[in-house]
Amino acid sequence: MLYREAGQFKATYAEDSQIFPIRQDKIGFWLLMLVFGVAVPLLTNEYWLKAILIPVLIFSLAAIGLNILTGYAGQLSLGSAAFMAVGAFAAYNFILRIEGMPFLLALVLAGLTAAAVGILFGLPSLRIKGFYLAVATLAAQFFIVWALVKFPWFSNNSSSGVVTAQDVTILGYTFVSPEAKYVLTFLIVSFMALLAKNMVRSSTGRAWMAVRDMDVAAQVIGFRLMRTKLLAFAVSSFYCGVAGALYAYTYIGTVEPEGFNLDLSFKILFMIIIGGVGSIMGSFLGAAFIVLLPIFLDNVVPAIFGDALGAGFVSNFQLIVFGGLIIFFLIVEPHGLARLWQIAKEKLRLWPFPH
Amino acid sequence: MARQIGDVIVDLQNISLRFGGVKALTDISFNVKEHEIRSIIGPNGAGKSSMLNVINGVYHPQEGQIFFKGALRKKMEPHEAAEQGIARTFQNIALFKGMTVLDNIMTGRNLKMKCNFLQHALYWGAAQKEEIAHRIKVEEVIEFLEIQDIRKTPVGRLPYGLQKRVELARALAAEPHILLLDEPMAGMNVEEKQDMCRFILDVNDHYGTTIVLIEHDMGVVMDISDRVVVLDYGKKIGDGVPEEVKNNPEVIKAYLGTSH
Ligand SMILES: Nc1ncnc2c1ncn2[C@@H]1O[C@H](COP(=O)(O)OP(=O)(O)OP(=O)(O)O)[C@@H](O)[C@H]1O
Ligand SMILES: [Mg+2]
Repeated sequence: MLYREAGQFKATYAEDSQIFPIRQDKIGFWLLMLVFGVAVPLLTNEYWLKAILIPVLIFSLAAIGLNILTGYAGQLSLGSAAFMAVGAFAAYNFILRIEGMPFLLALVLAGLTAAAVGILFGLPSLRIKGFYLAVATLAAQFFIVWALVKFPWFSNNSSSGVVTAQDVTILGYTFVSPEAKYVLTFLIVSFMALLAKNMVRSSTGRAWMAVRDMDVAAQVIGFRLMRTKLLAFAVSSFYCGVAGALYAYTYIGTVEPEGFNLDLSFKILFMIIIGGVGSIMGSFLGAAFIVLLPIFLDNVVPAIFGDALGAGFVSNFQLIVFGGLIIFFLIVEPHGLARLWQIAKEKLRLWPFPH
Repeated sequence: MARQIGDVIVDLQNISLRFGGVKALTDISFNVKEHEIRSIIGPNGAGKSSMLNVINGVYHPQEGQIFFKGALRKKMEPHEAAEQGIARTFQNIALFKGMTVLDNIMTGRNLKMKCNFLQHALYWGAAQKEEIAHRIKVEEVIEFLEIQDIRKTPVGRLPYGLQKRVELARALAAEPHILLLDEPMAGMNVEEKQDMCRFILDVNDHYGTTIVLIEHDMGVVMDISDRVVVLDYGKKIGDGVPEEVKNNPEVIKAYLGTSH
């Protein structure tokens, strides 16, 4: 009886089209924001911030980017990590080469650079679909990483392309402590998630989904395929680009092109498959899940089985669990954790009466 | 009846369409007048759907000319046809499966929405106002087609008859001048057919929408059409008011000669 929309009548279409039409959801959302924006940085330790929370946020952003392209616009991509690399190296070069470049502006420019590259590699999507497009994005993945290593200019002539992110300074304040970096990341990611949610619930998002679900009908209704698909590539790459820049600047600090390899692209793909294809919230759930699962297994498996199984087992076990989960979600629940959460809420709405 | 049939709005002249060796349409000419209900009938594979696809630019005929509102139409893409006020439904339902009824119908209004993706991202001021203004229009269509109680349902979960209705709603949301309907009543029971007939007549009557209809049910066609064109094996074998067509010996032969 606690979770109910009873008595909450929607008098206007504005109310009906809110992100959280049910009051309990809205309260829950703001509680979450308070917990993660204020309580978490005050209460958790450095390990949690640096090794778990910051990467979860950053991967969530990348997953949102991929979700926009694959989940909403239906264009499968295996190049997310490469677009992150573009963002990271673009931010590095903008800050390095332009005197007094503000950090936030560099972040936007990094996103725009990734968007431009994304449009370029999105052009094949106008002619090919599905598997073949995935192969084309795979080419983007390899080409971009190769180019970043090949041309030393991108890494300011450092050996093997390794660059160290400069200090993050906004309005004279330098973000050094993990708490400060976490809060900055949190604010940027939350803001961009909100923008993404707004896009997908308005005409832009409907265009993407229309093209995803049935492109002939989308055209007949008046959507332009080329514009819609390329916009999805641009916005998606922008998100991945900003995520890549944050990855360098608020997460690991030192990056090299090889760090943004195909493995990472697949990891982001798994995040949206497990979290929920075509769901902004699912992007967060998937990222959290994929970051937390190995840590969880590392701690739990030895505790249960002791050392009898050997060190190699745990990492193999991880792969088995990942593989199993991905097959599970692909077959049983293609809408991922986000959908499971929704089902749980529907059940809760009817509780304690099952029908 | 308040409506009055107007001038020729679509004029097809000597249209031929081939797919490799298959001649889908051969030298077909006919026209559609403003405000009328113009039906296309014919046995399976006669080329009816292909004809609609030619009208709204999904297929481009190898030969022939299309005049739209008196002007010769160059090669036109489907989205351009939509911009010209041509909407349609498909023989095999072409709804957006992953979206709700409401979102599907909202897509019908996309050409009238002017905000760009940045405004959508901020969802503030103009974008929100626009969304709500169009939502009001969409709700009118929802009410007209009596589908209020399913607006938030994902279309994939709806039974066939309702999906057909939602597809009509999406087309109507565009406030089209010309509505192309490809077998809107196929697979429906008698009651659903009656509803659909009523909706088609109402749209035509209230908004003066020109309707091009493909339908196999002869009773319905003869009842509601102003004029009927008959195709067989990609050729036109009859054209005129229902009475004329019914008594056309070639038409009778085509229909008796097939399994219909
Ligand atoms: N995209 C296409 N590619 C190849 N052949 C096609 C295509 N579309 C239609 N045809 C062929 O053109 C001919 C006419 O098909 P069309 O679908 O227009 O017939 P129809 O009158 O709508 O038939 P039905 O009553 O079965 O819907 C058929 O022989 C069909 O196989
Ligand atoms: Mg047909």
